[in-house]
Amino acid sequence: MNIHEYQAKEILSSFGIPVPRGRVALNSDQVERAAKEMGGRCVVKAQIYAGGRGKAGGVKLVHHPEQAQELGKELFTRKLVTPQTGPEGLRVRRILIEEAVEISREFYLSITLDRETSRYCLIASAEGGVEIEEVAQRSPEKIHVLTIDPFTGLRPYQARKIALALGLNGTVCEDCVELILNLYRCCLEKDCFLVEINPLVVTKAGWLMAMDAKMNFDDNAIFRHREYPDMLDYSQLDPLEISAGKYDLSYIKLTGNVGCMVNGAGLAMATLDVLKEFGAEPANFLDVGGGSTREKVAEAFKIILQDSDVKGVFVNIFGGIMRCDVIAQGIIEAASEVQCTLPIVVRMDGSKVEEGKKLLLESGLNVQIGENLGDGAGKIVAMLG
Amino acid sequence: MSILLNKNSKIVVQGITGRSGLFHTQLCREYGTKVVAGVTPGKGGIHIEGIPVFNTVEEAVHYTKADVSMIFVPPPAAADAILEAADAGIDLAICITEGIPVRDMVLARRLLEGKKMKLVGPNCPGVITPGECKVGIMPGYIHKPGRIGVVSRSGTLTYEAVKQLSDMGLGQSTCVGIGGDPIIGMKFIDCLDLFNKDPDTEAVFMIGEIGGGAEEDAAHWIKANMKKPVAAFIAGVTAPQGKRMGHAGAIITGGKGKAEDKIRTLVECGVTVAMSPTKMGAAMQEALNTALHNTTVTS
Repeated sequence: MNIHEYQAKEILSSFGIPVPRGRVALNSDQVERAAKEMGGRCVVKAQIYAGGRGKAGGVKLVHHPEQAQELGKELFTRKLVTPQTGPEGLRVRRILIEEAVEISREFYLSITLDRETSRYCLIASAEGGVEIEEVAQRSPEKIHVLTIDPFTGLRPYQARKIALALGLNGTVCEDCVELILNLYRCCLEKDCFLVEINPLVVTKAGWLMAMDAKMNFDDNAIFRHREYPDMLDYSQLDPLEISAGKYDLSYIKLTGNVGCMVNGAGLAMATLDVLKEFGAEPANFLDVGGGSTREKVAEAFKIILQDSDVKGVFVNIFGGIMRCDVIAQGIIEAASEVQCTLPIVVRMDGSKVEEGKKLLLESGLNVQIGENLGDGAGKIVAMLG
Repeated sequence: MSILLNKNSKIVVQGITGRSGLFHTQLCREYGTKVVAGVTPGKGGIHIEGIPVFNTVEEAVHYTKADVSMIFVPPPAAADAILEAADAGIDLAICITEGIPVRDMVLARRLLEGKKMKLVGPNCPGVITPGECKVGIMPGYIHKPGRIGVVSRSGTLTYEAVKQLSDMGLGQSTCVGIGGDPIIGMKFIDCLDLFNKDPDTEAVFMIGEIGGGAEEDAAHWIKANMKKPVAAFIAGVTAPQGKRMGHAGAIITGGKGKAEDKIRTLVECGVTVAMSPTKMGAAMQEALNTALHNTTVTS
């Protein structure tokens, strides 16, 4: 689960990690007021669920409150397009106005899950403010990685080793040790997949400060953080993905015209692959999950059909537990409700297959049966012409 | 003989009184699995479908000598259930549960180090030795006993592959679903190692997907160690970057974890990779033919 920079900074601050003074604005008047509060000279930062804001004009240093307000007005009206948002871009619904800080040095610091070792690891680099992947490519020796043993946690001597490797000494070095330990505590207590400070700066005045922050929560842990769902900015999410979430469906919008409904994430991915192989472009990824009810199948089908790009639907259900007549009923129910005339190909395997096929072929829908995966993919491509 | 499970395995089901736990226990028993006990804290002393239920895994093992646990415990308590099984002397835990927090699994995996218990999963369909023992949620009818080992991160995609293999007369020794989470117990290499040593397995089919580097690690291990032919399919060639495709572990981040990279590495290491999910059985046959040809040529 994603959150905005300003929310990540609030959380870091609650763990004793210094962040710049700032205010969140919801409209351009608030932007102007906040800028005045910061003394006129401040940084205006669009809040979106993607990076690369700077080059797209989403992060700017301004010198007067009026300038901040103008920029705010502009950001709130258009969509911000960065290399990470995709061509459609993202709406800006919140802007963070921060005090301008004089920077002396910049670092990179993050704690993330390392699948290789099945542990959390700390990544630090004296090259802050740039993409860490770039540094990893160019000069891997500048990156320091510490794998954290969950038994012992992150020890002060380990944090100190990192702080010294970054070239810090004196009070700032000890401040950095404290910061690193707090960052690890934050990562665990908040159930993060990733917590990244880029850049972590030493200000001209000699203080450490998190200039930008990114936090990604483990979706599987949301049940034990009741406040997380309220932190979501729905303007940053695809509306169909939000609807799907309500029914506990895994849905991702893609760019093609063949809607897909599959049970199982691996099979769903393979179904997208096979459609591409047969020359079709999938409109979405959708995992309807195991043990689905007629209602869930119907909701899944309706969500797919809400995408106006969809010109046909391929259903691929490899059952066992899922009864094929129940799946058929769900599809028929949904298609009839929205009066769907689009071509549908259904490939099913499992219990009650013959009953399911019969229901579909007698339903009056524009449906064909796929005998196996390849046959099904071929048929939907043919039906779409 | 197969790996991990056989007709003598005695299963205890943790979470047996839950809806999913009970449903699948019954299906496993119908398949021929010996379910000897169940564990649900607070329900110790009752019998469910004739199976004794205990409060703790330790008691279950003491009274029934169960050696394998099938875990259907909900996410908030599942990692704890895994550790309980390890402490109770269970040899193999198969955790079906989807949705366990990553932090819990990081600690659980660490605590399992040095303990004899093997963990398969979580977020997996389970393990099946066709004709002998099924511990999981996979449909029994598609499997045929045979000599192909199957190891996969997926559930239904595995069934698709197994069906293709069975239809071609390529039965399976054991099928292992290692699960779709980023932090799991046995990885590809652990299963490949067991298959390599198993006299009843002559070849292996591997199913991977986007996210992480386990397939690449497996590829290098195969090149260095594997004495039997391996074929594979990797799902997600069309997956977009940065999006979690259903499984918690199926995500391409920072350019890493792409299907194309996994496929290339596997091919470089001598694995026959199916380029279509419709040709998985065919790829296995091709790998077997190649191996046969190579043996004939050298002899």
